[in-house]
Amino acid sequence: MKALTPIVVVVALLATVPLITASNVVLNFLVVALLTALVGQGWNLLGGYGGQYSFGHAAFFGTGTYATAILQVRYGINAWLGFAIGIAAGAAVGAFIGALSFRSGLKGSYFALVTLAFAEVLRIIASVAPITGAGVGTLIKLDLRPEALQFQSRVPFYWIILGLVAVSLVIMRMIENSRFGAYLVALRENEDAAKALGVNTTLIKLGAMTVSAAIAAAGGCFYAQYFLFIDAGIAYGPWISIEALLAPIVGGAGTVFGPLLGALVVKSLGEATKLVAGDAPGLDLVIYGCVLILIVAFAPSGIAGLLRKAWQRFTVMESLRPEEPHG
Amino acid sequence: MVEPLLRVDGVSKRFGGLLAVDNVSLSVQSGRITALIGPNGAGKTTLFATISGFLTPSSGRIYHRGEDITGVPPYRLARRGIARTFQIVRPFAGLTVHENIAIGAHLSRRSRAAARDAAAHVAQLVGLEQFLDKPAANLTVAGRKRLELARALATEPGLLLLDEVLAGLNPTELAAMVPTIRAIADRGTTIVMIEHVMQAVMSLAQHVYVLAEGRILTDGSPQAVVGDARVIEAYLGRGAAARLALAGAAHV
Repeated sequence: MKALTPIVVVVALLATVPLITASNVVLNFLVVALLTALVGQGWNLLGGYGGQYSFGHAAFFGTGTYATAILQVRYGINAWLGFAIGIAAGAAVGAFIGALSFRSGLKGSYFALVTLAFAEVLRIIASVAPITGAGVGTLIKLDLRPEALQFQSRVPFYWIILGLVAVSLVIMRMIENSRFGAYLVALRENEDAAKALGVNTTLIKLGAMTVSAAIAAAGGCFYAQYFLFIDAGIAYGPWISIEALLAPIVGGAGTVFGPLLGALVVKSLGEATKLVAGDAPGLDLVIYGCVLILIVAFAPSGIAGLLRKAWQRFTVMESLRPEEPHG
Repeated sequence: MVEPLLRVDGVSKRFGGLLAVDNVSLSVQSGRITALIGPNGAGKTTLFATISGFLTPSSGRIYHRGEDITGVPPYRLARRGIARTFQIVRPFAGLTVHENIAIGAHLSRRSRAAARDAAAHVAQLVGLEQFLDKPAANLTVAGRKRLELARALATEPGLLLLDEVLAGLNPTELAAMVPTIRAIADRGTTIVMIEHVMQAVMSLAQHVYVLAEGRILTDGSPQAVVGDARVIEAYLGRGAAARLALAGAAHV
């Protein structure tokens, strides 16, 4: 299929990295960047395509991490199964918050605040509830077997996160080429006009939020297996909500490759900051804030938008070249 | 008597202390063009919003093909074959003209390709075919009015509610738009239009309702309605009809 060609090319290129280098630093960097891209893709579906700006994707990410960890640690459930249940649990939380906010007609900043509030409530509950390990957090026992979804080397983790990102890219492209996707973009552009044309906007938004939450939760499940330790601040903290929206907005919200592009740029900036300024706490957030301001002010459609504009200018100049001046 | 396609029965809409629509009843016969006229602030757009499900009436009922549709949400009404345009145009500004129309065409078509094909066909019908790949934001006022019409038409409605699709057009654009609307009616779509451009109302409408201060003042054929002293007074003020008659007499 022609629409999938760019995705195949990009994923194939990324897949060559472990064949070229065995450097743990490089692989770790890419795993974290791809994880950001995955969670960002979740945000992108709801925020970029649907125009519903969530400030609380931590609610879904965190639900994924805790479901994966708790099911293994407390109930002895297999990690792979826990991973799948974690995705479903995240989707369920998304559907629940979505149903409450969209049915009561919350839009714009009100929707953003409600999602933020839900994530914060979950964070506070997780920091006191015994089942989450409260303030101590939850440690997944080291068990380096593929059956337990743990590996000696970083390479298998790299394949898994790359696979998840690939699936999210394909899902995004399929949604783009479907009636559901067309309706989602239409309601972003003008909700009343969409309603008048027969679009059940509440249902479309709810569907987008559920899939969006499932993707973000998949990122959370992966996080738990990769780092093997979580606490309330990691799982439900605002950091992941910010990264989830920063990557697509920097890369280009409402485009398939925006979150991946944005995640690579943002994470590279983060690493560069560390090199220059050392590990000063919070400095990366300051940098993120500055990047966000610059992007919103000068490139509202992100890096993808800048590239598209440059390409248009290039093609226009090409098309003008053969013409002789008249008069 | 045949059940009318649309019947509004004693509908009122109150916003706090303001009674915007006051006990309005009207009926729309299938296959005709019905016009709703009246001075600014008469409640025409509020009445339209109530019929199209964007507002729920404070009292009264609305029937479509004999079935009660009061309070049914707009997207369901669209699926029943009731489409509307907006007085203040609401294009999907970031999308192309083609995509805008395709959203309407998706109502009865799941596949993207089928919706886009149907959209191209509708664009031809309303004279937008040369703008298909342009962003909707780049259209002129006349182009946006046509786009409103095209999107609504793409849902293949049986009943089309047009809210001032002719307002703001220059005489040339107007002359081009009137036949477009007539062609839609000739294809069997029933039309209810709010319109200020009387020349168009006179040439298009078979039946006219006059709304003033939220109430139906009178109704009838366009010729009968414009000669009605109450209608002239609603537009021009108390005593205007008598003054006009005097002035007319003086000229003879």
